[in-house]
Amino acid sequence: MRLAEAWRVALDALRANRLRSALTMLGVVIGVAAVVVLVAIGTGAKREVEQQVEGLGSNLLIVVPGRLDFNSAPSVSRLSLSDVEAVTRVVGDPSRVAVTVTSGETVRAGTQSTFTTVQGVLETTPQVFVRSVGRGSYLTSSDVDTARRVAVLGSTVARTLFGDRDPIGRQVSVAGVRFRVVGVFAPLGQSLGVDRDDEVHIPVTTAHRLYGTNRIDGIAVKAPDRERIDELGNRIVAELSERHPDTEFSAVTQEQILGVLGDILGVLTGVLAAIAGISLLVGGVGVSNIMLVSVRERTREIGLRKAVGARPRDIGVQFLLEAVLLTTLGGVLGMALGIGAALLVGAVSPVPAAITWWSLTLAFGVSAAVGIVFGVVPAQRAGRLDPVVALRTE
Amino acid sequence: MTISASAIARTYELDGVSVPALRGVSLTIDAGDYVAIVGPSGSGKSTLMHLLGALDRPTSGQLVIGGRDVASLSPPEMARLRNETIGFVFQSFHLLPRTSAVDNVALPLVYRGLGARQRRARAAAMLERVGLGHRLQHRPNQLSGGEQQRVAIARALVTDPEVLLADEPTGNLDTVTGAAVLALLEELNAESQVALVLVTHDRDVAARAHRQIVMRDGVIV
Repeated sequence: MRLAEAWRVALDALRANRLRSALTMLGVVIGVAAVVVLVAIGTGAKREVEQQVEGLGSNLLIVVPGRLDFNSAPSVSRLSLSDVEAVTRVVGDPSRVAVTVTSGETVRAGTQSTFTTVQGVLETTPQVFVRSVGRGSYLTSSDVDTARRVAVLGSTVARTLFGDRDPIGRQVSVAGVRFRVVGVFAPLGQSLGVDRDDEVHIPVTTAHRLYGTNRIDGIAVKAPDRERIDELGNRIVAELSERHPDTEFSAVTQEQILGVLGDILGVLTGVLAAIAGISLLVGGVGVSNIMLVSVRERTREIGLRKAVGARPRDIGVQFLLEAVLLTTLGGVLGMALGIGAALLVGAVSPVPAAITWWSLTLAFGVSAAVGIVFGVVPAQRAGRLDPVVALRTE
Repeated sequence: MTISASAIARTYELDGVSVPALRGVSLTIDAGDYVAIVGPSGSGKSTLMHLLGALDRPTSGQLVIGGRDVASLSPPEMARLRNETIGFVFQSFHLLPRTSAVDNVALPLVYRGLGARQRRARAAAMLERVGLGHRLQHRPNQLSGGEQQRVAIARALVTDPEVLLADEPTGNLDTVTGAAVLALLEELNAESQVALVLVTHDRDVAARAHRQIVMRDGVIV
């Protein structure tokens, strides 16, 4: 029998039992759609995190106490401004070093107030990180040296406190202390549901006075070039370890952060895809089941076909194609559904979704494979039917 | 000589018990023969027909169909032998539902690897031959019993077989329609060299054959 003819027969058989075919297909449709959506979400999350980390700036070294290891407990910061000076000596260029001391505070302006992240920083922040000021200007070195009470607002904070009015030159109070607004950041937008414009920068010296501390939460260094980034990191860590013999420090690059986050998200995506794969497997069992029913129902037809010259293989191929047609049609519908659902998720929720060719190819390949795997047993059974017995069946 | 059987026997194994359905039958069918196999139900005539049609293999004895010893054939070779040498007509027609008369008739040609156009042409010509040239696109449920059996006869003959095996071909038809179907079979037998083997328990039908083989308890009497 020619293959084209076998396809036609398989299609006819599916058409003869539309509802049954549709319901059987539904199992595969749901399985494939689940795989496509979950892989899309996993991939999208990974991509977004990567973009964000890369968006921090190039050749960046983040120096933190403790190790970049998700098993170790976060350690209490032992860094201070004198450590920052030591790091600056190692780097040799003060404009390449940025620091942060972070605290959550209530910021008020008139009757409006908002709870936001307040960062004590050096004037170097916009150069070290990729951060631009939309209106006004950023903090100056004299602001830091004299611990002036001046602030740069994130665009969300500016809008919440001042609405459409220009905040430059106006007063805000941070933790009850009055600050003058000197600048507003250009908006960065949201990522993974986090508003990146919800923050306020003040001079690190002012922050120390405000919180009654001298701690530094982290130091960021912009390396002059990519080649010497690891060597620079090692020298910084060595310097800090000498100053604090009982504390461990790490200097991590964007690549390292990306590697760790990528691993976590990769595992997460794999687990999600595996769970979705189980539903695809269940769909395959449904296909197998319905094919056995189909073989039984059409025993007389099988007997007749054998009587007029169908070989066992012809009958087997016919039923196998029927199963494969069922699952690949289900696979295509599932992909369409999955793409639609992924786009919907991406549009209405903060969860990003990226549809990749490999996930679609995989989903389609797996659905075809499911048809073959779960169609083989019923097909063999049909092919081996004794024509005499089959013809007698009522 | 188209079919030659010598001392063929067929024993079924049912739940470990051996049931002999056919116990040593010898016969020959030649080109153009018109043979009736008669006998009460359980006499082994259906088993004999399945063996003569290469649907089954004898447990012992030698069976040669179209020059080939059935014992040496694999299932695919048996299928090919059926396709090329045998045409079946069943009591209950065995037409595919939801399939047009012309496609039903063309079915055996599908397994010869013929293209759709060629199949249709040969099937249509054969339907014309059995007097159903005006019913090509009708489906079995749109045809009368007699017409359905004519479609089945056309299907049996479309491959140009050497033997036409008809198992109670008039059993599901009324007397008048049955007589017309029988006349058609006889006409085809007479004008071509196709051997006609008729399995029936109707004595009147059997009497019209050139030769009668009477079966009882698995042997020819």
